[in-house]
Amino acid sequence: MAVLAAIALKAVRGAGRGVEQGRLWRENRGRRAEILGASNPVASRDVVIEAPQIAENGAVVPIEITSNVPGTTSIAVLIDKNPFPLVGKFDFMEGALPFVKLTRSWARPPSAGRRRSARKHYVATQEIKVTIGGCGG
Amino acid sequence: METGQRKDPDGKLVPLHFIQNVTLKVNGKTVVESQISQGISRNPVFTFRIKGGAKGDRIEVSWIDNHGETNQTETAVA
Repeated sequence: MAVLAAIALKAVRGAGRGVEQGRLWRENRGRRAEILGASNPVASRDVVIEAPQIAENGAVVPIEITSNVPGTTSIAVLIDKNPFPLVGKFDFMEGALPFVKLTRSWARPPSAGRRRSARKHYVATQEIKVTIGGCGG
Repeated sequence: METGQRKDPDGKLVPLHFIQNVTLKVNGKTVVESQISQGISRNPVFTFRIKGGAKGDRIEVSWIDNHGETNQTETAVA
């Protein structure tokens, strides 16, 4: 199952097909970020993604994202290689903690969480493997 | 959730149908607003966290789908 995320990139390269996938990843990331108004997201460990590394049922995959970046105003969840990469964008106002947990469906997915604080953008990625596809209705 | 890409047994595309916006209010004040795509799962579950929170605080959740159907529910912190 094709999986890649920033963290997984080196391993994928080692598999021999990574150059092409790596290029797509970078290009897509740039484009998706632009749509969100985030042209240069900074990789950050302050963005924590909790998700299964292997999801048995692709129709319902739980993802939990916490931002430890002070002043976080928004979290967007993007899935690579998804027909609709942006799963959702969550805007947090005063009184909310920058945390979101959701279930999403996918057949071939890694995930990326992205957050914004004071017009700076941070990104974290995690790969998730799925054993049963989720896009079959 | 329907992505708009699935076909029914007759080969016709099943129209797009998904929850588009979810809003969370605490004591009438909006604290989380979300825009969601068709990538979300069927019957999705969302979890949010709020700061503070005292007994009796009123929590309201409302949502709207891409057909314009809307609903809401509310409860008090016990």
